[in-house]
Amino acid sequence: MSLNLLVFLLIAAVTLGAAAGVVAFKNIIHSALALILTFLGVAALYFQLDAGFIGMVQILVYAGAVSVLFVFAVMLVMDRDAEETNLANPRTRWAAAAAALLLTGGLGTAIWSSKWTNSPGLVNEDEVRQLAGLLLGDYVVAFETAAILLLIAVVGAIILAKGAGE
Amino acid sequence: MPSLSHYLLLAAVLFGIGVYGVLSRRNVIAVLMSVELMLNAVNINFIAVMKFVPSDRHVGQVFALFVIVVAAAEVAVGLALIIAMYRHKKSVNLNDFNLLKW
Repeated sequence: MSLNLLVFLLIAAVTLGAAAGVVAFKNIIHSALALILTFLGVAALYFQLDAGFIGMVQILVYAGAVSVLFVFAVMLVMDRDAEETNLANPRTRWAAAAAALLLTGGLGTAIWSSKWTNSPGLVNEDEVRQLAGLLLGDYVVAFETAAILLLIAVVGAIILAKGAGE
Repeated sequence: MPSLSHYLLLAAVLFGIGVYGVLSRRNVIAVLMSVELMLNAVNINFIAVMKFVPSDRHVGQVFALFVIVVAAAEVAVGLALIIAMYRHKKSVNLNDFNLLKW
């Protein structure tokens, strides 16, 4: 077994374990912390796939900003004992588990039985330059739309959270 | 070197965990967290396919970047909505939000 595969298995175990923790912990604060670990594990996967820029964006945006937002929201709306803030719905729990297992099993068998090209592409040295060229070239309209979307989302979030009257 | 199917399988399992969370949790914030897990699984697919399928352009990274942007906007608006709902109902339990059900 090559070292690369070993590293992949390690990262995968940490990521999936943390993701399982997100949906398994009874305390929502623990879920939020497990979510941060999941984001970091996914970022490590990006680094292993030679996508350093996206990995850094993942750490900055997800592990940094999004998780802080989650923690703040959890603390703003927590009004009872933290130990039982993240319980499963007893009526839908088993149906949900069955649906998720069915979906994962179907996807898994489809992926496993398909034939993929298994030659990793060459490592591109100036990927950030290429990315910038794409973002401000072919995809500039989507780029500007994303900027407007973020602006509208921030303004909308402030108005929603504070109430339009104030 | 792990093959493409390794990454795709990992993403599928992560997506499945997210689906389970969305369908089974009672806390709205936990549901939003599970949605984030699913979005991350999709991004792993984008980056893995970009790495393993030969192409001279990094379109996979551009798509992953846009997914991250939209997810960030979604979290901001979603959590603001949750706070607004909490102000009205004093609860984040999904079973309490059945106003449109008859």
